[in-house]
Amino acid sequence: MPEHSTAFEHQFDDIEQQHESASLGMWIFLATEVMFFGGMFLGYAVYRGAYSTAYAQASRHLDVLLGGINTGVLLSSSLTMALAVRAAQLGGRRIVVLFLLATIVLGLVFLGIKGFEYYHKYEEHLIPGSHFEFSGPNANHAQVFFSFYFVMTGMHALHMIVGIGVMLTMILMTLRRRFSSEYYFPIEMAGLYWHFVDIVWVFLFPLLYLVDRS
Amino acid sequence: MTEHIVAKRTYYGVFLGLMLLLAATVSIAYIHLGELNIIAALTIAFIKATLIILYFMHIRYSSRLLWIFVAAGFFWLAILFALSFSDFLTRSWLSVPTGWQ
Repeated sequence: MPEHSTAFEHQFDDIEQQHESASLGMWIFLATEVMFFGGMFLGYAVYRGAYSTAYAQASRHLDVLLGGINTGVLLSSSLTMALAVRAAQLGGRRIVVLFLLATIVLGLVFLGIKGFEYYHKYEEHLIPGSHFEFSGPNANHAQVFFSFYFVMTGMHALHMIVGIGVMLTMILMTLRRRFSSEYYFPIEMAGLYWHFVDIVWVFLFPLLYLVDRS
Repeated sequence: MTEHIVAKRTYYGVFLGLMLLLAATVSIAYIHLGELNIIAALTIAFIKATLIILYFMHIRYSSRLLWIFVAAGFFWLAILFALSFSDFLTRSWLSVPTGWQ
């Protein structure tokens, strides 16, 4: 029986079983998230097949440099998150808070760059709707591409905002000494969520920004 | 403690690999390869996702039961794509019979 009996829940045989069931539950949730984003990826793919010319033209209006920087920022935030979980496993507190803060800051940098890109699209009249303007014969099909762009990156950004809220909660719980080297599972599960959001972007970046650049 | 603690060096190595793959996916996009462009982009994305799942998400050090749960999520995604595209990709194979339009 672990020393920190407050963390150990009595319905489990031991703390390892408790850990395993937390991981299983989290992965079931992530499977539903895979299906949630999967539906949007499917819609994107079906229309990419149908409107390939418009997709190629519309994709060139996205900024590869900003998208690439954002990918790097998000991958870095995954590294700081992984290091936060590692520090939590070793029972650290100050270093866990520092790595979680770094993850939040990188997440905010991502959202800031994303917001700047959105504003740029607004100025260029590329937001689908009555003010949408796109030169060329494929304007309507390009509007479909931008609809997918805004819905998919928007849902992704919303997940990041939720993730930042989760990280703040983890910081509070760490400061209140709720975790130890035996019980750090919430931080690890928060990490799984953050890495999942990173994986979604790993697919979004090439599919949206790099349709046809050659 | 049963939980495997991954060496810091492993995390740095995976991160470096991810950044190199990011550079690769951007550079390859500017080379004209036709249909191979999208295949290369998706292959790199899958390698990146696998690295993140195996190391950052600790699946490499997890139980076989957890492996099945992870695989199930992506297996159902594969069903979604396979069945949908068995429709969308094959529609043009047969002509619409006369009188159906």
